Amino acid sequence: MGFFSNGFSGRRRPEVPGLPPGQYVTTSFPVLSTGPTPRVDTDDWQFTIATETGAVHRWSWDEFRALPAEDVSTDIHCVTTWSKFGTSWRGVSLDTLLAGIDTGAGFALAHSYGGYTTNVPLPDLLGGKAWVAFEFDGEPLASEHGGPARLLVPHLYFWKSAKWVQGLTLLEHDTPGFWEQNGYHMYGDPFREQRYW
Amino acid sequence: MTVPLRPRDWVRATVSRVHSETPNARTLAIDVPGWPGHAPGQHVDIRLTAPDGYTASRSYSIASSSASGVVEVTVDRLDDGEVSPYLVDVVVPGDQLEVRGPAGRWFVWTADAPDAAPRPVQLVAGGSGIVPLMAMIRTHDDIHSSTPFRLLYSVRSPELAIYRTELLERASTGDSLAVHWAFTRSAPEGWAGGAARLDLSAVRRGVFPPELGAEVFVCGSTPFVEAAANWLLDLGHAHDDIRTERYGG
Repeated sequence: MGFFSNGFSGRRRPEVPGLPPGQYVTTSFPVLSTGPTPRVDTDDWQFTIATETGAVHRWSWDEFRALPAEDVSTDIHCVTTWSKFGTSWRGVSLDTLLAGIDTGAGFALAHSYGGYTTNVPLPDLLGGKAWVAFEFDGEPLASEHGGPARLLVPHLYFWKSAKWVQGLTLLEHDTPGFWEQNGYHMYGDPFREQRYW
Repeated sequence: MTVPLRPRDWVRATVSRVHSETPNARTLAIDVPGWPGHAPGQHVDIRLTAPDGYTASRSYSIASSSASGVVEVTVDRLDDGEVSPYLVDVVVPGDQLEVRGPAGRWFVWTADAPDAAPRPVQLVAGGSGIVPLMAMIRTHDDIHSSTPFRLLYSVRSPELAIYRTELLERASTGDSLAVHWAFTRSAPEGWAGGAARLDLSAVRRGVFPPELGAEVFVCGSTPFVEAAANWLLDLGHAHDDIRTERYGG
């Protein structure tokens, strides 16, 4: 198109398979959040799923950790344009947590200790696509990265993977969470570059 | 002040002025056609395009006052960076790049309504984390706000303090901005206490007491923000009063 930034050549890489448009690869693990890191003790920790009928399912930390867990190796993509390849997590699949919960809801609003919220369609949490993760790189998940446990929905931009996750509210209608109210996309597919609405 | 609901598409823009702030940081004034205005604390994405069409983009905080209508960013050079070395060392006035924004509606200061009791604002900056906070300070001055502002600015040395002269001037000429400096590696000659790592007692001395219920903005590297926000909580500041912005990895 004839436009270019004078004198810029860039540190180009050969095509990086699996890198969404507008992203670059980092090997560090940047942290983004909106306030201080919440102080969450596993003695007080609870995870809840509330359905659209008001039924509430609860897990204490010990009950949660007694559930079958999976190792997950995945790429993650942050809306601030970094992507990190091959990250290693361990967590409980949302398929496990939602098994046996009677719901006709199409959407979930995740909520976190500290007040953060984010919305995800329920089908995106099912089918081996989402976890509540409690380990990163074989270590307990550090608090600044969302420990004791965070949502992990790696096929969406990483703000959907709510840190310090406390529960899900299942909803019939999609409801914007924190960043979504502040201009970020309701769905957030990195491969369609859905950064802002 | 209106904050655009969402950033627009990429807009071709022209660098109009450049100004070195420190050996590592430079301010670029950018002429963005149709700029809709911004709120202090927002950022823009900047995209560079190489002659063969290769592009790279990064986010930078806006440094200029929202009352100015001007877009200025201050960029700190990351030695292993791809975009920042170009913006700090290479770009000259007249060069073109692309801008998308402004973006971000959370880490934003909104001026008190004229008839409201002003709520103090505590700013806490580590290094180049000063940039979005400077937009707040400049806006506060430009609109003649009486809201008490206080800045705790942690830097390695006076030479690396972005906006050093301007901050000294603004703090000495106005009565609603106080600046508390913390030098972590080398302090000015005769500086009381010399250089010291920031710690809980230094933060206590540098910020409004928690009883005032100040709105707090903290910006810097991830370790800086983690530490500073934890000290603020320890001092009794409410979790919900503290907004943070972290950069880098």
